[in-house]
Amino acid sequence: MTEPIRLAVLGAGHVGPVIARLAIKAGYPVAIATSGDPEEISLIAELLIPGAQARWAADAVADADVVVLAIPLHRFADIHPGLLSDKLVIDAMNYWPTSDGLLTAFENGGSSEIVARRLPGSTVVKALNHIGYHDLEDRARPAGAPDRRAAGVAGDDPEAAAAIAGMLGRIGYDAVRLGSLQAGRALEPGGAVFGAVLPLPEFERAVRADARSLA
Amino acid sequence: MTYTFGLDTFGDRNSEPGGTPLSHAQTIRNVVEEGVFAEQAGVDFFGIGEHHTEHFPMPAADTVLAAIAARTARIRLGSAVTVLSSDDPVRVFQRYSTINAISGGRAEVILGRGSSIESFPLFGYDLADYEELFEEKATLFAELLKGGPVTWEGKTRAPLLNQDVVPHTESGPFPAWIGVGGNPQSVIRAARLGFGLALAIIGGPPARFAAYSQLFQRALEKFGRPPLPVLVHSPGHVAPTDQQAKAEFWPHWRDIIALIAPERGFAIPTEESFERETGPDGALYVGSPETVARKIATNLRALGATRFDLKYGMPGLTHEQLMTNIELYGHQVIPHARELLGELVASPQRCPSDNEAAEQAHA
Repeated sequence: MTEPIRLAVLGAGHVGPVIARLAIKAGYPVAIATSGDPEEISLIAELLIPGAQARWAADAVADADVVVLAIPLHRFADIHPGLLSDKLVIDAMNYWPTSDGLLTAFENGGSSEIVARRLPGSTVVKALNHIGYHDLEDRARPAGAPDRRAAGVAGDDPEAAAAIAGMLGRIGYDAVRLGSLQAGRALEPGGAVFGAVLPLPEFERAVRADARSLA
Repeated sequence: MTYTFGLDTFGDRNSEPGGTPLSHAQTIRNVVEEGVFAEQAGVDFFGIGEHHTEHFPMPAADTVLAAIAARTARIRLGSAVTVLSSDDPVRVFQRYSTINAISGGRAEVILGRGSSIESFPLFGYDLADYEELFEEKATLFAELLKGGPVTWEGKTRAPLLNQDVVPHTESGPFPAWIGVGGNPQSVIRAARLGFGLALAIIGGPPARFAAYSQLFQRALEKFGRPPLPVLVHSPGHVAPTDQQAKAEFWPHWRDIIALIAPERGFAIPTEESFERETGPDGALYVGSPETVARKIATNLRALGATRFDLKYGMPGLTHEQLMTNIELYGHQVIPHARELLGELVASPQRCPSDNEAAEQAHA
């Protein structure tokens, strides 16, 4: 993949604008889109994500190298898999029934594994889902900062996971690679590091101790 | 600039001084006394947030508000929040319009989700439908507030055809707000529907919400609406000294957040995080009257807001501790915050017309 990675962030709720802001700050070109008319989020882009372009989802995705899914998981079924084919997709969504309700399609298995099965033409990497959206921005630090924290990246495609690990490093986190999407279950609600914002050694220890990531 | 200062409760279950929890019924009776006392202490607004749990036994806030309405003359009374998605907008309008009648025009409503989700399974709603439910019902509520016969059709309740919904208000729409926790699209929705913006800031630096306030005013312009007010709702506890306020609040705060953290995605509080949240850059207003007044004034300015609602109490605090909190808030925090904000009117005794501007803007 040639630099700079162009990002399309799908979702302009709690999480999407935060990821978009961090990416812009790190120097990535960013487009943001929802399921609707970009006009509806133009003010959000202008005031909350200076530098991001509000676009139609299809246009944003077409011009992007990496697509970030930052929509509620129950809306994922509305996305046509064809829209994302041949793209590297970051799944930043969570299956969190106590907070968002029960989804039968996601009851068995890791949510990113299920997302990946629905997107056979895409390369799916799980990242940016396990740190709360406020923390994600507040705790980002440049490489080498003494209080820099860790963030996980899980994927079945090593090259794709490496690319996203590089991106996490640039937006402000020490990336920890988990060997597969299945291992990425440690990043999910109920997993070892969900909601925690840990320094690298503690993060690695917690992930290693999580039985789900070894399943 | 005129500022308004309120108190909110979720019906946090009280304890006896020794720690034994009081009954739900006694907690509710105490909330009535607290609302009446809030008026005597000079507080402008008293809000009750809908909750359905053991620790927050407050599912029928409007009934409690009606009791307070019958015993007060000046304080404004409202929900904080009404979980509109799992309620019927027609019934919500009717209940608050009735409180408006009982109280002689002192009702308000804040619509939202809060961080309350128990009402969804309780009333047979699917959390996954949250967005659609809220969007439709908030739109219908905006129609109902206008006061005329309503014609409406949607997916979430029976259609209305030229329906007269009673009781009519005596002086136009009562103030209505949408509670927003961090989703900018909710800010846009409040502007589109013409509701005030209620920023629920319960963690992290309040200043990050300044952009939401700007977004709200810009969106109002875009939709061709006049400016509408922004309010800030945050938790806290006032006691004679910082040390006492923190010592009283901390153990109950820690326990209740730890209890609900797994399902709400909150981090478990530590003493370190509590210090951060009660400091100048945090979201908790815990301290002496001086500390709390300064923090309120600073943040109202930073956020372009004209109203502050302190969510007082926490399950496990005593009714007496809450009454002291209310007394200090009304007699010391509010006058001092007004002074710091440079408000011209110095009297702590406010009259309902304080909210005239807001009401006109809502109309």
